[in-house]
Amino acid sequence: MNRNPQLNAHGELQHLITLEGLSREILQGILDTAEPFAEVAEREVKKVPLLRGKSVFNLFFENSTRTRTTFEIAAKRLSADVINLNINTSSASKGESLLDTVDNLAAMQADMFVVRHASSGAPYLIAQHLAATGREHIHVVNAGDGRHAHPTQGLLDMYTIRHYKKDFTRLTVAVVGDVLHSRVARSQIHALRTLGVPEIRVIAPRTLLPSGVADMGVRVFQDMKEGLKGVDVVMMLRLQNERMQGALLPSPQEYFKYYGLTPDKLRLAKPDAIVMHPGPMNRGIEIDSAVADGSHSVILPQVTFGIAVRMAVMSMLAGS
Amino acid sequence: MKIHIRNGHVIDPANGIDRAADVFIAKGKIVGVTGGNPRGDGAAPPGFEANATIDATGCIVCPGLVDLSARLREPGFEYRATLESEMAAAAAGGVTSLACPPDTDPTLDEPGLVEMLKHRARLPEFAHVYPVGALTINLEGKRLTEMAELAEAGCIAFGQANTPVLDTQVLMRAMQYAATFGFSVWLQAQDPYLAKNGVAHDGEISARLGLAGIPVVAETIALATILHLARETGVRLHLTRISSADGIEMVAAARATGIDVTCDVAVHHLHLCDQDIGFFNPHARLDPPLRAAADRDALRAGLASGAINALCSDHTPVDDDAKQTPFDEAEPGATGLELLLPLTLKWAAEMQLPLATALARVTIDPARILGIGGGTLSAGAAADVCVFDPQAPARISRETLKSQGKNTPFLGQELKGRVRCTLIEGHLAYDGAFA
Amino acid sequence: MPTLPDATALCAQLAAAMRPSITPQTALVGIHTGGAWIAERLHRELAIQQPLGSIDVAFYRDDYNQRGLHKGAKASNIPFDVEGAHIVIVDDVLYTGRTIRAALNELFDYGRPARVDLAVLVDRGGRELPVAATWCPQTLALPASQTLVLERDGETLSFRITEK
Repeated sequence: MNRNPQLNAHGELQHLITLEGLSREILQGILDTAEPFAEVAEREVKKVPLLRGKSVFNLFFENSTRTRTTFEIAAKRLSADVINLNINTSSASKGESLLDTVDNLAAMQADMFVVRHASSGAPYLIAQHLAATGREHIHVVNAGDGRHAHPTQGLLDMYTIRHYKKDFTRLTVAVVGDVLHSRVARSQIHALRTLGVPEIRVIAPRTLLPSGVADMGVRVFQDMKEGLKGVDVVMMLRLQNERMQGALLPSPQEYFKYYGLTPDKLRLAKPDAIVMHPGPMNRGIEIDSAVADGSHSVILPQVTFGIAVRMAVMSMLAGS
Repeated sequence: MKIHIRNGHVIDPANGIDRAADVFIAKGKIVGVTGGNPRGDGAAPPGFEANATIDATGCIVCPGLVDLSARLREPGFEYRATLESEMAAAAAGGVTSLACPPDTDPTLDEPGLVEMLKHRARLPEFAHVYPVGALTINLEGKRLTEMAELAEAGCIAFGQANTPVLDTQVLMRAMQYAATFGFSVWLQAQDPYLAKNGVAHDGEISARLGLAGIPVVAETIALATILHLARETGVRLHLTRISSADGIEMVAAARATGIDVTCDVAVHHLHLCDQDIGFFNPHARLDPPLRAAADRDALRAGLASGAINALCSDHTPVDDDAKQTPFDEAEPGATGLELLLPLTLKWAAEMQLPLATALARVTIDPARILGIGGGTLSAGAAADVCVFDPQAPARISRETLKSQGKNTPFLGQELKGRVRCTLIEGHLAYDGAFA
Repeated sequence: MPTLPDATALCAQLAAAMRPSITPQTALVGIHTGGAWIAERLHRELAIQQPLGSIDVAFYRDDYNQRGLHKGAKASNIPFDVEGAHIVIVDDVLYTGRTIRAALNELFDYGRPARVDLAVLVDRGGRELPVAATWCPQTLALPASQTLVLERDGETLSFRITEK
């Protein structure tokens, strides 16, 4: 197999496509770098000049206003010029191919592509294409590809856990919900393993778990009450609307009853457990409002940390 | 034209020949194989005077390869390949007979289309083309095709390529109708519902990469249906592209109960598994999907033991535009005509199989499934011959591939085994000595 | 090889030189890491009333495009209102002037100070920007091949010269 395509010849991050295969040193380095960026947000001028004169293209082949906005803010706080492109790729409106789009934007002197795509692996394709055409200086940041990875979300989740729990090596962490379709869950699991979390649990009905999930180094629970016992961190996943009724789940009501995070179920976790969610939340489906807005919730700090983590990633890549 | 192939090592599995010998050809037919044993000395049959000799020193001389599945992309997909480009690829790969599946555009469901294809393919340097007719109109699984008419036009079997028949009643009637005339039915076993949206084997790799999975049960459920209907209808059944260990077992068990069934495997599946998807390599997007390493090992062993009857290239040229996309959008398939021989040799070497056993799986065994006389060097048979150097390096690159499809997971690799020349009915279809 | 400057003695001299200019409004900002150590000492010795600030100029360096993001960057900490303040930037060694340029830029992103002074222990020459220290107890000529590094061992500060 080829060398990990997101690392350059010196083993430094060239692109950020997945957390899988990145060393503990690299992950910790990103989290460490994010710390001073968190401080920048508290200044009068919330901006540093690192990426002055650089062009960051937010290339969103799948709509996500929230993720796009966080990348936009991060890039702007680094003084980059940000260009947002929402490209509809519904199969009905097939036009220019993905790589043609990339070639065109590269010709506009792009320095970085932040890519969101509905297909797993699309950012790899772009990175490989850039390498094959001698344009390695353009960096690719994966802002979520299909079910594959959402590395900056995984990193901001790790930043949040470290912020509240300090030491990864004594934690029990539960990931709850639609693991099957979740790029967030995959990135979380890879990062938690690499950072030394001794027990990672996934909690979901069988229809929302990939068949190979146990091979990812997690303990699988179908019973949420069993799975939440004694955990330090509860990471909820978003349940997409289209999965709520049909052959995966009978109804949102039944899902909430058995897999929604309620104060009752949360009481089974450690008293100082934190509750996380990548957003946007479906209140009353995967999470009770009393938990989402409760004292255990760190959901809003996650958003704040997300900006600092993305600033760290972008500044580390653009300077590599 | 009389041809004398000298100094080679002849392997003709059908006749149990595996020795140094000479091959004599006249009027497009094999005259005889002599030499290499105490009785013969490589002498020409009485009265034979060669107009041409081929020096096969260091080479294996065997029957031309018989490929059970090669998409020529005509009619309908000429931007992907043409008869000319793919026939050149066949000859360069030592393939002298091939079956082409009916998933052209339009599909091979009318006698006129089959006649046109046969007509276009009749040039002497072209491999013999054996069309597999569509089992149902437009492969839609609703109405039967005129199988008898299609057979008269040249179809040797009837199938659905990779498109399943959803309605099991239609499938049963299609089998009954084919059985009426003694036609073979070729089917690929994959349940369309269990495979829905799937792009990779459902397992650890698909879970990790976030690719929608196709579980092994998609194959076994479909196999169960097809095998039960075959028993019920008594049709001659050929299962194309078996992909899993469970699938092999089911076919073997069915055969043991007397069902008339054969099966084949694609050459990529002998060497690759889901791990070879690597970083979303679209060339590893195949149909059926590359399965787990254990399945690959079972396919290798099953082909060696004969539980799987034949090996094919499943040649599927795909244009770059349809491959240079994210994995799940990539068109499945790999180019294979020119890789069939080197990958067969690689499998044989890795399994420590006698070359004769390995070559049987790409010559006489598929010829029997096709029901054609080829695949042998018997006296009187068509002089379809492949002469190859088993040690010569074969570099797989965009430049060396003659097929218009450059899509293969082996791109950039060096394999062993290069065709020196290919004869089709005694006509020199490929001469690699000067290539 | 020139004799190494005595960091402890220079600190005392620097404090003495600064003392007449210190007002209740004066604030110190030490540059990571050597400058921050000295600022800590001066803050104590001069009994500065404003809380001690520190600054890491990693995000303002002008060599980012050549050398990438400086590893191990720390958060800057300016715990007083910069608007209208009298600020003394403290660093160990004044060399090209580029670090001071970066520190000034960073400082101004917190507000508009009334006055900014610069205090360093050693001026080793080699300026590439028009920067001068307000207070500097020692000058020293060093070849470009050498780096003057401040080290801390417990409470003891000392200089060391390393070859590039």
